[in-house]
Amino acid sequence: MSGTIRLEVERKPEAGDPRRERATAALRAAGLGAAEVVSVHDVYVLGGTPWSGMVAQQVAELLADPVTEKVRAAAPAGPLTVDVAYRPGVTDSVAETVVTAAALVGVGVERVATGTRWEVAGDVSPEALEAFARGHLANGIVQRIMVGALVPVAFEAASAPAAVESIVLCTIDDDGLLAVSAERRLSLDLPEMQAIRAHFRELGREPTDVELEMLAQTWSEHCVHKTFRAHVDYTERRADGTVDEAASGVVDGLLKTTIRAATEQLARPWVRSAFVDNAGIVAFDDAYDVAIKVETHNRPSALEPFGGAATGVGGVIRDIMGVSARPMAVLDVLCFGPEDTPADALPAGVLHPARVRAGVVHGIEDYGNKMGIPTVAGAIHYDPGYVRNPLVFAGSVGVLPRGAHPTTPEPGDLVVVVGGRTGRDGLRGATFSSMGMDAGTAEVSGGAVQIGHPIHEKQALEVLLAARDERLYHAVTDCGAGGLSSAVGEMGKELGAEVELDLVPRKYAGLAPWEVWLSEAQERMVFAVPASALGRMQAIALVHGIDCVAIGRFTGDGRVRVLSGGEVVADLDAGFLHDGLPRKRLVGEWRAPGPVGERAWPRADELGRALLARLADPNVRSREEVIRRYDHEVQGGTVVKPLVGVDGAGHADGAVLVPFEARAGVAGVALGVGLAPTAVGARDPYAMAWVAVDEAVRNVVAVGADPERVAILDNFSWGDCRYPDRLGALVRCCRGARDAALAYGTPFVSGKDSLNNEWKDEDGVSHPIPPTLVITAMGHVPDVTRTATSDLKAPGSALYVVGETRDEATPRCPEDAPATFRALHGAIRAGFVRACHDCSEGGILVAVAEMAIGGGLGAELDLDAIAAPNGTSAGARALAEWPSRFVVEVAADDAVAFEGAMGAAVLARVGETTPVPAISWHAGEGSGTLGLAEARAAFCG
Amino acid sequence: MSVKAAVLHAPGTNRDREAAWACELAGATPEIVPLGALVARERRLDDYGLVILPGGFSYGDDLGAGKVAALILRTRLGDDLDAFIASGRPVIGICNGFQILVKAGFLPGTRSDGRPTATLSHNARGRFECRWVTLEPVAGTTCAFLDDLAEPILCPVAHGEGRVTFTSDLAGRDAARRGLVALRYAPTPDTDDGYPGNPNGSAGHVAALTNPAGNVLGLMPHPEDHLVPTQHPRFHRGERHGSGLTLFTRAVAYAARR
Repeated sequence: MSGTIRLEVERKPEAGDPRRERATAALRAAGLGAAEVVSVHDVYVLGGTPWSGMVAQQVAELLADPVTEKVRAAAPAGPLTVDVAYRPGVTDSVAETVVTAAALVGVGVERVATGTRWEVAGDVSPEALEAFARGHLANGIVQRIMVGALVPVAFEAASAPAAVESIVLCTIDDDGLLAVSAERRLSLDLPEMQAIRAHFRELGREPTDVELEMLAQTWSEHCVHKTFRAHVDYTERRADGTVDEAASGVVDGLLKTTIRAATEQLARPWVRSAFVDNAGIVAFDDAYDVAIKVETHNRPSALEPFGGAATGVGGVIRDIMGVSARPMAVLDVLCFGPEDTPADALPAGVLHPARVRAGVVHGIEDYGNKMGIPTVAGAIHYDPGYVRNPLVFAGSVGVLPRGAHPTTPEPGDLVVVVGGRTGRDGLRGATFSSMGMDAGTAEVSGGAVQIGHPIHEKQALEVLLAARDERLYHAVTDCGAGGLSSAVGEMGKELGAEVELDLVPRKYAGLAPWEVWLSEAQERMVFAVPASALGRMQAIALVHGIDCVAIGRFTGDGRVRVLSGGEVVADLDAGFLHDGLPRKRLVGEWRAPGPVGERAWPRADELGRALLARLADPNVRSREEVIRRYDHEVQGGTVVKPLVGVDGAGHADGAVLVPFEARAGVAGVALGVGLAPTAVGARDPYAMAWVAVDEAVRNVVAVGADPERVAILDNFSWGDCRYPDRLGALVRCCRGARDAALAYGTPFVSGKDSLNNEWKDEDGVSHPIPPTLVITAMGHVPDVTRTATSDLKAPGSALYVVGETRDEATPRCPEDAPATFRALHGAIRAGFVRACHDCSEGGILVAVAEMAIGGGLGAELDLDAIAAPNGTSAGARALAEWPSRFVVEVAADDAVAFEGAMGAAVLARVGETTPVPAISWHAGEGSGTLGLAEARAAFCG
Repeated sequence: MSVKAAVLHAPGTNRDREAAWACELAGATPEIVPLGALVARERRLDDYGLVILPGGFSYGDDLGAGKVAALILRTRLGDDLDAFIASGRPVIGICNGFQILVKAGFLPGTRSDGRPTATLSHNARGRFECRWVTLEPVAGTTCAFLDDLAEPILCPVAHGEGRVTFTSDLAGRDAARRGLVALRYAPTPDTDDGYPGNPNGSAGHVAALTNPAGNVLGLMPHPEDHLVPTQHPRFHRGERHGSGLTLFTRAVAYAARR
């Protein structure tokens, strides 16, 4: 009979099922220990072929592994069955692959939907089970969840009216404008809506929905950084409330006057491209350049952690592809609420931090590993301020032959889309990310969240690289926020472009024209291809099994014209589209904090307990469990790996990679990140920026990068800058970033901001996240055989602390830090450094303990020898967090040479390494010791 | 004349470049060959002396690791690959390539055996892991180019579905008795399951399987990611042993003799 059949695959009992075991453990952890998950089934609903027993058997063999799995026909729902299936329109790569596989064995399956069935037994009510399923097994944003019933199958998304709509703007008043903005979720304010109305009044017609949606995406905070371009009336107050006139006044564009100003002033010749393209580009050697970009994907990750983080990684990899580079590394910085946050303390609609973390890590793992790009650097930071609004910063680095990235489309070039098909996924992501969050956000914005398809991106990458090497295109960009609208709009900024929407390959029928134009369906790249090269490009795409379709052309008339069904549905002046946005005028204010009291430090003989507590602190402890889920070896270029030491228990400060293309040489790239503790930002965002720049640069210098060749990136995650205090803090932070970049000689080459990270409480009061600035550093490593790792190498070495330690509330980076970094780099290159570790969270004692854990060796320290102002206690010397410091292991025979190489830097010989497995310390006031095994147990958990 | 090596590429393959580099360092002339080019008869397996199926996530591993690529191998290229193997020339499947060879029935037996005796299943700990492992030679293996391997190989694993699972303990013992086990993980001493030395819970710590003729080899770890000293995980500690290049030089030398 024709129609649909449902098949279910489960693990044979003897094969074991980790998924079932994990779910049962989660039930127990949720207080439902009287029940257990009996079995888990992958469900396939297949339609489109006449089903006979033999055909069903053929398909069953495709779906199950005969050794470990078995197949059954659909089982009815029971009272304690949980059925989960993707919502219509959500990317389901498995379903697509089933169709491909069935065709290979000659079965014409047309449509497939996949899902999961969980069968539970024991004492639990269906209601409690459903709540558990929503919390732990599935996500209502992208999936439907039914307890005791089957999820009705809908293969396709519902149809939208295919016609274009005209939106009445010209004749309505200001209130009406705001109502239209709110209703269509345009995130445009009154002056912006007025500018659009004025433009169309002049044209004497109303805009279409396609035009209005395109303007909203192009003008979104996400796409044009309105806040960073705005005039800011800034007031800075001292702690006593008086105005600091010198620091106050009008800021004529934050980006222009701070971040970019630093880059322009430094004018480093090795910076090839900063801020203008999809990614920053710097010189690597005579033949190659390297590109780097870091993005935020906070909002999608809060709602659907797996899909949000995965598409965040996928998106930033496409930015690298967008400069014609081959991606060679992924990095990520994650900020979560504490894992021990009580579940009942969470407001409605907020996922528990542990669930967010698990999903985000899985998403990064899935995308990076499947793309074959090593995930090598990053950080995880916990703070209660991130419970409702976790942060996901995803970065990527790529390599490209010099001169291989063309950037100028020519009139007559075709607009060519390579990659996955277009569906109704990810609509309005750019405007969505520019709005605040409240309890209803999950409901109304589900369409902005997506599941990625990394294999499509991998296929598109193969096409890109081949097309680049054959010089088949004149320009390329990725389809990100705003979809085709942004990509084509951006590429056609000068020339204009005409696109025929009917030519865009779709996942399913029934999309409205504006949906096709705006869809942020992932894994698509847009090229400007001369007509003569299209055939060759399509031949390459065919070999790699991915769509490559011309959907229009670049015209030369300066207009962006969109056709659907032969009808013009948008016809905008590219000039108005890109320059018609009125500049904002905003108010910012910052007030310096008052003095704080003295901090109490443990006595020298109490430091053992303090050290144990710090090693086990969520912000310090080992990240091994996460790091091992990322493939950090693929591409074979990882010289300084994220995990170092005898058995990988040590953590590297940064990663060092040799690009595959340059494997014959010894030069490499170092990657590191800097992120100040939230307490610093709460006190002074200016200091926070310095600390972040210092830490990022320090991390790459510690592993062997040349401090004269370090490029940095800024990624701000901030609150809503319409509040003067949020904006004031941002101004202060940007100034810190500028001053630090100038001091260290490290130009910014790219950056991105995510504003409006706010949540409303039950009383409607809006709260910002802790102001967060991630600095990413990419340094040039002249010789990867002269690099350093943090693990102690041998007993009997001298231990040095580089830099002074201070016990003050607001950190300051010393003026001589850049000179110190240069001296240390010289010592590493000369081969005097056996081990080097950045000293950050937890202070010197924690840094030494981490080095000992990595090397399986002991250390003995004289705390009084640590350079610090007179009167600094032994406890403060051991534990205080202060920037610009390193702990260095030097062979005793090299001590004199090392001290000579360090020149005028503040340097203290503080102890030595020992074969005794313990970390010991002494000071005038007392002494203590901690066994290495105990330290390791606390750190590794 | 140097051996021509075909490094096969399916959508989602990602360690093809390193595998090609390994072949090059081993003295062969590698070419990355899309599966599609073989199916379309633009390339012929018979023109090569060595075939490598490298790592990655072919077709996303959507229906189980390597499943769809295995299906293509079986339904579209089965006769060609049968002939290639029958001629005695070496075939090496690494990670996803191993999964493909097993699921297509080329390992540990031949597909004329009928029902499969082994598969690669989800890691015992239920998650993807990337870590360095030591691969110990197995005395008496039929593998034609690892039978006299003396030194262990050190290289990373990076997989979530690498647990060698036999249909029964008997099948596992039979494979070992017939010399089909080519390499074993060095298990971590004093542990129940040898973890993390055995990273995935493979039965009998099996890391690599070969066919009865000894010219088809499949392994989960990545010898192609340890070719030069700077890749060694303890390079900074002065360690230099265990290069994975030895596997490729042996395979290429063997191919040259065929």
